This record gives sequence, C-alpha cells and structure tokens, in this order.
Amino acid sequence: MLSLTAGQMEVQIVAIVVAVACALVGVFLVLRQMAMMSDAITHSILPGIVVAFFLVQDLSSPFLIIAAAATGVLTVSLVELLNRTRLVREDAAIGIVFPALFSIGVILIARFAGGIHLDLDVVLLGEIAFVPFNRTTLFGVDLGPTALVMMTIILIINLLFITLFYKELKLATFDAGLAAALGFSPALIHYGLMSLVSVTAVGAFDAVGAILVVALIVGPPVTSYLLTDRLWVMLALSAGIGVLIAVSGYWMARGLDASIAGSMATMTGVIFMVAYLLAPGRGLIALAFRRRRQRWEFAGTMLAIHLLNHEGLPSAEQENRVDHLQEHLNWDSDFAERAVRHAERHQTVVRQNRHLYLTEKGRQRAREAIVR
Amino acid sequence: MFPEVFTDIYSDYTIRNITLGATVLGLVSGSLGTFAVLRRQSLLGDSISHAVLPGIILAFMLTGSRDPLILILGAAIVGWLATLSIMAIVNTTRIKQDASLALVLSVFFGFGMVLMTFVQRQPDAAAAGLSRFLFGQAAAIIWDDVRTMLIIGSLALAILFVFWKEFKLVVFDRAFALSLGMPVQRFDVLLTSLLVIAIVIGLQTVGVILMSAMVVTPAAAARQWSDRLGVVTILAGGFGALAGVSGALISAYTARMPTGPTIVICLTAIVLFSLILAPNRGLLWAWVRQHRQSRDIRSRVVLGDLYWLSQQHEGVDHGHSMAALEAMSAGRVAVDHGLEDLERAGLAQRIDGDHWTLTEKGRQLAVSDLNDEDQDQRDA
Repeated sequence: MLSLTAGQMEVQIVAIVVAVACALVGVFLVLRQMAMMSDAITHSILPGIVVAFFLVQDLSSPFLIIAAAATGVLTVSLVELLNRTRLVREDAAIGIVFPALFSIGVILIARFAGGIHLDLDVVLLGEIAFVPFNRTTLFGVDLGPTALVMMTIILIINLLFITLFYKELKLATFDAGLAAALGFSPALIHYGLMSLVSVTAVGAFDAVGAILVVALIVGPPVTSYLLTDRLWVMLALSAGIGVLIAVSGYWMARGLDASIAGSMATMTGVIFMVAYLLAPGRGLIALAFRRRRQRWEFAGTMLAIHLLNHEGLPSAEQENRVDHLQEHLNWDSDFAERAVRHAERHQTVVRQNRHLYLTEKGRQRAREAIVR
Repeated sequence: MFPEVFTDIYSDYTIRNITLGATVLGLVSGSLGTFAVLRRQSLLGDSISHAVLPGIILAFMLTGSRDPLILILGAAIVGWLATLSIMAIVNTTRIKQDASLALVLSVFFGFGMVLMTFVQRQPDAAAAGLSRFLFGQAAAIIWDDVRTMLIIGSLALAILFVFWKEFKLVVFDRAFALSLGMPVQRFDVLLTSLLVIAIVIGLQTVGVILMSAMVVTPAAAARQWSDRLGVVTILAGGFGALAGVSGALISAYTARMPTGPTIVICLTAIVLFSLILAPNRGLLWAWVRQHRQSRDIRSRVVLGDLYWLSQQHEGVDHGHSMAALEAMSAGRVAVDHGLEDLERAGLAQRIDGDHWTLTEKGRQLAVSDLNDEDQDQRDA
C-alpha cells in the first residue's frame, strides 16, 4: 500500500506545492484580520474565469489566471468602495459583493457554457486525482503535470514577493500607520498581497477547489499562530504545516478511499485541534494547568498573609487553625485542607495538631505579596 | 406574460412551490439577517451555511431518509456545533473572529466532502438528492419542503416577535441589559440559533454559497431606508421576499437560469438601488447635498467680493467688472457661474455687458453675512 506510482507521487507533490503557496500568503491574511477575504476571493473569481474561458476556450491557459486575479482585485476594490461609503460595514460589504459576483459566474456558465467543459463542481470542489492527466510539454519535453508547473511558478512568485518585501509587509501588517508615515504605500502592499492571494487561489482551484483553498490559506497560519510570536518562524511553520496537511490528507484519502481535497481540509482541522490542545503556553491544556497552578499559588499566598497577620498575637491561637480558615477566608473545608497541603508541600506552612505555623519561607512570601 | 404568471402560480405545482418557498425563505432570512448584520456577524451566516454540509450528510447516513425535516435537523445541530467552535476559538485563543470563521467554514465543509464520497459510493445515487444542498436546486422543491420551510420559518419569526424587546436591548445596549439582570448570553445564543434555522431552511433553494447573501444583503438594503429596528426588520423581510419571488419567477420563465443566483442578483439590484436612492442616506442625495453646498459657498464668496468692491466706490450703481472679481477670488471659485446664480436669486444684476452690481437684497444679505462672520470670530 505504501508504494506509489509516478502519478500518485505527482499528486502528492502538487498537493504539497499548493499547500505551501497558500500557507505563505495566508500568514499575512490572518495577521491582517482579512482571513474571510480568502473565502470571498475564491468564490468571486468565478466570473473572471468564465469570461476568460469564453475568450480563449482553454481551461489551462495562463490567461485564465490573469483574468481571475484581476477579478480578485476587483472584489477587494468593490468591498473597499462599499465600505468607504460608510453605508455598510466591511463584513457586510464582503457578504454582499462575493455572492453577487459568484452568481454572475454561475449564471454565465448556465446560460452560455451548456455543452462545454466547465463544470461548476470541478471549479468549486476540485479533483486533484486528475492532475497527472493534464501535462505541459515544452519543445517536446514533458515538464510534468500542468498544475504542478503552474503552482511551482506561483509558489516562486509568492516566495519572491515575501522575501523582497518582507520588511514592508511586516511593517504594514503590524503598524500600518508607521508604514504610511515612513512613505511605504499601505494600499500598494494591500493590493499586491490581494493579487497574490487571487493568483494563488486560481492556481489552487484545479487541485483542491475553491472552498478548500480557504482551508489551506487559513489553516496553517492559524495553527502556527498558536505556536510562535515571530513572523519568520510563523511563515516557516506554516509552510511546514502545509506540507504535513498535504501528506497526511493524501494518505487519509487513500486509506478511506475518500475525496483528497476533503481529507486535506479534515486534516487541517485535526492538526489545528492538536495545536489548540497541546500548544506550549497557549494550548487549552497548558492554560488549564496554568489556571490550576495559579489558583493554588494564590490560595497559598492568601494563607501565608492570613497567618502572618495573626502571628505572635493572642488571636493566633484562634485564627491560625485549619478549621478557622473556613470562616475567615470563606474557603470550604475541602478546599482549605487542599490549600494547606499544597502549602505544606511548598514548605511555606507547617502543621502541628490543628495549628498552622509559617516557615521562614512562608513569611518571606507573605511579606513580598503585601509589599507588592 | 403577466396574467399568465398569476394563473401559473395558482395552478402550476412546481412554480407555486418554488415561488412560495423562495418567498418564505426571503422573508425569514431577511428579517433574521437584520440582527446578524447589526451585531457585526454578517459573515457568520456564510460560515454556518458552509459548515452544515456534514450535518446534512450525517443525518442522511444515520437515518437513510431524505425527509427534509431530518436533514434540516442534522444541519441545525452541526451548524450549532460550528458556531460554538467559532466562539470557543475566539474566546480561548488570540485568533480573531475572521480567521476562526474561515477555519471552521473550510474544515467542516471539507469533512462534509469526505462523508459525501462515502454516500456517493452507494449504488442508488442517493447523493443526487444531497448535492442540491451544495448549489441549491429550486426546481426540485416539493410541497413537503415548502411545508417544512413554512412551519420552521413561522416558528422562528414567532420567537423573534415574542422576544422582540429583549433582542433589541441585547443588540443595542448590552451593558444596560446586563444591569437589568437579563440573561444576555442566553438571548445571544437564541438569536444565533434563529440565524442557523434561517440558513438551513434556505440551503436547498439557494445552496450553501449564496445563502450568506440571503442573510446580509436584504438587511444592508433595508438599513438605508430607516433608523428604526422594527422598520428595518420588516423591510429586510420584505426585500428578501421580493427578491425571492422575482428571482424564482425570472428563473422559471427563462431557459437555463439557475434560481439561487437569480435571487441573489435581484437582491444585489435592491441593495444597489437602496444605497444610491434611499432618502437621507442614499449616495445620490449625499452628492446632491454636497453639490448644493459648494454652489452656495461659491455664490457667497462672489457676493462678499462684490460687496467689498462696492464699498470702495461712491455710487451704489457703479458696475464692477468680472475681471476684478476673478482677480479677487484668485481662482478659488468659478466667478461667472456664481454671478449667474446670484442673478437668478435676485441678489446681483448685470450693468452693461460684463459689469455687475449688487441689488438692495444682495447688499442686505452681504451685510448680514459679514455680521455673522464677526460674531463667529468673537465667539472663537
């Protein structure tokens, strides 16, 4: 089962290239809080593809990519135009624009593309398994599947854009105001990025379909966002997670004999869940542990302060007993018992009979807490 | 054609179902969408409508039934789960709403596709009935579907009506609602559940992708016509229903015209019309206002200049050349048009050819303008 034919190998390589290309632009979309723009663009480029297809009659023409990218930029501009009238908010503007453009695309296909090969299902859902059948040759030499050639070029463009404009992208993403003040045009970077997203989305169409491009654009950056604070680490991690999604998704699809694109999206969710639970410092489990530790630490500090307050006074006999904590600190007896045991373990308190005495360490801690 | 349309709605089974279904859908999603748009959750609808796919398929796989009620129930449960996941991610990590929406949308949808391949493997082409949820297929709507939509839709609208006051408060003044001791979160959840319901009953008509337009667009259009929540909600429902009827009919009488996209195009036309023409907020009126204002400023500048010139001369009837006025305004305003406007308003008059002077009315207005200016300067 683990042996791969050349075609299967090619499918997997295409998946990897698509995933990495999507993940790289996705990092900036997620950081700029424009993730839903990927959803809008992947849908709204449909009319662009359709019109271009009517003109050139070839589904693998590079002209289609250019037209689709132009439609993507048009989508972004329309959203901004609507937003700038201040009559609708940005999220509503996105929700108005992309269904409208998508509808135009669907109607165009239904009315004028009846018999020809432009199937809505394929555009939307994609079928990566067919990738090896459509090949590109140059001077009689087989360069590999067309999708692979196309996506490799797109990946290289993305890499070039991000390396060349790394500083500008970083600044415009994290401090748009400063970027503008320093003379970088935020609009130029914005539209440049959006063109890249459009081009990447169109290229990825063939392989994974419109809706799952969203998974590949958003999934890896969101996952790596849970793992790091540094931009370049996030980019590298996202690319790595993209590869992981592509490979694991492919094998899941093979194992279950299910849709490859769907499996890749599912693996995106699984990998995100793993990070969501286990991410060091930010994952749910780390959070739960930290909350627990903080709860007992806080209880220990409260206990130490309480004991210190009454230490050496006549009231200490009364106050500094386990059963009295219930009354004074409003702890129930179970909680009080556990807090005292926690404090004993950390050697801030010693217990004799029912009486509690601070150790030197405990006194130190109480004083520090009060001063703070 | 028109009388024919009415008899068809009355007698033609398919057309009656489609029209009725689209109307109910437009009404329900339009009015419930108002709250989504006002709560800045416009794209939540998009996310939910994609995410319910596995719910529909799971419901079918588990029960083997294609009863719309069962499929809708499956969709509603998963739509709910999706909403909870989105909220959990936003509340427990630093991931923002947009990324959380996009992630849940695509992962759930992808999982639905995996399930879909299992269903498609079954020999009886059962998936044919399911794939219409993807793109919507209004022509396949039967009376059972319409009845389900009617029942669930009226239930949702009834809940909206009953808790109207509470919803209004939760949306517009959350802090006050909290201070009254209202269970604000419970109302949040209820509102979102209503949205989920509106979405799932629309899926088989317009499909997952266009459902977001059914939620967002009517509300965005209605918002332009009024500032009152009640009016906006009713208008949004009306716009949704209008687009539903017209889209359904256009597609029924035109060959190769898919229903869902046609409804969305009708909605888009309504929103564009509203954005441009709605009184007060409309772009056209804003443009007219601005134009009027700049004309007003232009004539006031020329009026002031003319008055200043008249102060430099003895005779009231002394004419001042346009060239002098042009030099004074130094290209800030188009003097000739300004003078024409003044003449039309009876504030200035032409004395032989290119020379102008103020009328008595114009002189009074210029004096009062100057006094206002002085007053403003003193105030400042």
